[in-house]
Amino acid sequence: MTLVREPVTAHEDYLDAGYSLKSWLLTTDHKRIGLLYMASITFFFFVGGAAATIMRLELMTPRGDVLYTPDSYNRLFTLHGVIMVWFFLIPSIPAVLGNFLLPIMIGARDLAFPRLNLLSWYIYIVGGLLVLGVLIFGGVDTGWTFYVPFSSMFSNTNVIGAAVGVFIVGFSSILTGLNFIVTTHTMRCEGMTWERLPLFVWSMYATSLILVLATPVLAITLALLAAERIWGVGIFDPKLGGDPVLFQHLFWFYSHPAVYVMILPGFGVISEIVPCFSRRTIFGYKFMAGALLTIALVGFVVWGHHMFVSGQSMYAGMVFSLLSFIVAIPSGIKVFNWTATLYKGSIRFDTPMLYALGFIGLFTIGGLTGLVLASLGVNPHVHDTYFVVAHFHYIMVGGMVMAYLGGIHFWWPKLSGRMYPELWGKLAALTVFIGFNLTFFPQFVLGYLGMPRRVYEYAPEFQVLNVMSTAGASILAVGYVLPLAYLLLSLRYGSRATANPWRATGLEWQTESPPPTENFVEPPVVIEGPYAYSPEAAEEADHGHH
Amino acid sequence: MSDAIVPLRTNFAVFGGLMVLLLATVGLARFDLGRGNLIVAMTIAAIKALLVLLYFMHLKYSHRLTWVVAVAGIIWLSLLLLLTLSDFTSRGWIDVPGK
Amino acid sequence: MATTEAALILAPQFDDAEQQHDSDSLGMWVFLVTEVMFFGGLFAAYAVYRYLDFPAFVAASRRLSVTLGAINTAVLLTSSLTMALAVRAVQLGRRRELVYLLLATISLGAVFLGIKAYEYYDDYLHHLIPGSRFAFDGPFPARVEMFFVLYFFMTGLHAFHLIVGIIMVGIITFLAWRRRSVVQGTTQVELVGLYWHFIDLVWIFLYPMLYLVDIHR
Repeated sequence: MTLVREPVTAHEDYLDAGYSLKSWLLTTDHKRIGLLYMASITFFFFVGGAAATIMRLELMTPRGDVLYTPDSYNRLFTLHGVIMVWFFLIPSIPAVLGNFLLPIMIGARDLAFPRLNLLSWYIYIVGGLLVLGVLIFGGVDTGWTFYVPFSSMFSNTNVIGAAVGVFIVGFSSILTGLNFIVTTHTMRCEGMTWERLPLFVWSMYATSLILVLATPVLAITLALLAAERIWGVGIFDPKLGGDPVLFQHLFWFYSHPAVYVMILPGFGVISEIVPCFSRRTIFGYKFMAGALLTIALVGFVVWGHHMFVSGQSMYAGMVFSLLSFIVAIPSGIKVFNWTATLYKGSIRFDTPMLYALGFIGLFTIGGLTGLVLASLGVNPHVHDTYFVVAHFHYIMVGGMVMAYLGGIHFWWPKLSGRMYPELWGKLAALTVFIGFNLTFFPQFVLGYLGMPRRVYEYAPEFQVLNVMSTAGASILAVGYVLPLAYLLLSLRYGSRATANPWRATGLEWQTESPPPTENFVEPPVVIEGPYAYSPEAAEEADHGHH
Repeated sequence: MSDAIVPLRTNFAVFGGLMVLLLATVGLARFDLGRGNLIVAMTIAAIKALLVLLYFMHLKYSHRLTWVVAVAGIIWLSLLLLLTLSDFTSRGWIDVPGK
Repeated sequence: MATTEAALILAPQFDDAEQQHDSDSLGMWVFLVTEVMFFGGLFAAYAVYRYLDFPAFVAASRRLSVTLGAINTAVLLTSSLTMALAVRAVQLGRRRELVYLLLATISLGAVFLGIKAYEYYDDYLHHLIPGSRFAFDGPFPARVEMFFVLYFFMTGLHAFHLIVGIIMVGIITFLAWRRRSVVQGTTQVELVGLYWHFIDLVWIFLYPMLYLVDIHR
């Protein structure tokens, strides 16, 4: 049998491989597709952020005054939730940084299925535009959870349109996850054993397992919901012989693992940044990789902790509560090991490191409050209050968004070939950290005092804390607009990046910035583990400079 | 991966087995076994599925990794079914209205 | 391998044919797992409602034709045999045999759909299709309707997969018939075969779940 290879055209640099719109929209280069995703999710992030801004403005006063009706508030928090969950958080690190870095980190020329990769971006865009159209022209008032029977029988808004959009974007997640799993198994270069995989790759692998195993269940659940709504046939509606709690089971079978899709990739990014800026090898590599997989797997058996007050059996509640506590073990391993990595390190506080340190602290708070919520006895007191809102924003914004920004700064030289302005970077990182805490810490207190979530009017005694939260949100907004501005400007005015500006280990730093289309001029061969840093060498190098 | 060429005899033997099992499942369903009917029907279905997986889908001749993928599918489906059922089956255990 | 003496296309991201074949095959298996979970949501709904409303499920299931279901199971199992033999034919490089076996597979798939359509039509005549025209003269009509919602959802989704399968086998058949290089390697036929057998696997479970809930007297 003769082998015919499709021609490989060698270019110096993937950004110079073509300047036409077609060269971007029909590309199969994982790096370009990563950038397509980056542009799209940035757009959706600011749309979702705009909704949050209006909500925070409404909540400055106890009376409903900014929006005309409570119903518009319902539509706003649905828009915020749906957009942020499915069109920003889930694709954020995997589809942008994962797409760009995974093949390079394992020494491959591309993902295993490049055309499938492009297809998943188009699916994302189709789902995104549909949902955006539905949410902006008309709106949906069910919240991102689409609980029945409200969503199937009572809501007068376009639930089906939103459900179809989310259904579609699910296939984008599935295809990305499938692509990453296959690529990690079959495309590793010579010497890249499983024990030498960077933790970022492990985190992408764990994330992909969740995407592939959980997303189909969401798809079929939304299909059932749509069927009940369109034809009025009973599936979940108790009036027609159904059980609404079944919807919650199916929904959370997807959505609880999915919240780990919104944090595991962050773990991966932090595990790359912390060793680099403390010049130390990661502490407990095998435990770190194992913890990622454990969280992904245990995440599938804890979903009932969202349903303690739903009418779920008390015994099932006890089991789910107990299982939920297990998640704390691998999460603790991660936090302790990052901290141990810092110990006796030669620490530098560059922008990515500021985000990483912020992440560790905020994730710890978010994680520990998760234990409060997982306790069967405490949960009813804070269920559906701002305590829950604060908890998951500490994970998703304090955790995932900080990690995403940290990762974007860390790999910006590789992505763009330019350096970002360090001073502006540090300033923005601090702004985000301060703004975030001022926004969300008061919400823990509000929830503990009993302010329910998803309301547009509240008792007057909650006003001080709400004003603090809104003030924090405005600071946070500045912190998000700043990087958008200076990163875009750096594309033109930033100094040229060298191949390895951070003196980091890892294959992505062994190739040019930006990398050539085929990633490596010579196929790489790996001979050591991923974090061969030494603090002594770092000190000597620093002394040599001064 | 599954480059093994399965002999004709094996293919036809598996097909024969599947047909016998089909007759068995229809036949046994006509006897009143109480709860046993469900167990018998599902066991026969599982054996049929295993035959298709092992021989028609070449799992028997495949990489260990393919086994892992197939087994993962079965485990995750069981997690979904068992934990969901754990709620509905344990609701009547104590005498609290609605639980 | 006399008749497969032709070029095998290697995509640029792969080093060699083995890597490409392993990736394609693993990709298909992972995809099938996502399909398992896709049907899994329906299986969970079925399990819960069968547990809650067993008598209604018995009454509803008895309205289905055990015989037609059994014939259809046999048809689909036979199509799996012809598909397995088609994979064998492509491995041995027997192109003519491959084309005939694929055509047989398509025909059996079509027969299955025909019988299924007849069953649906019969259900329609007896007002068993959920919705405003649904009518059931036995006990607990609402819960019986629930069974039929699940029945149509599960068999409908299965039939949709079968239609996709027939289209894919059709494309492969056409390419094999026209001696296109795409099927000169064995991978494409193997992957379509895996998908076809998966459709069979789903039906193997659907048949006892839907038709044989409780048929003894």
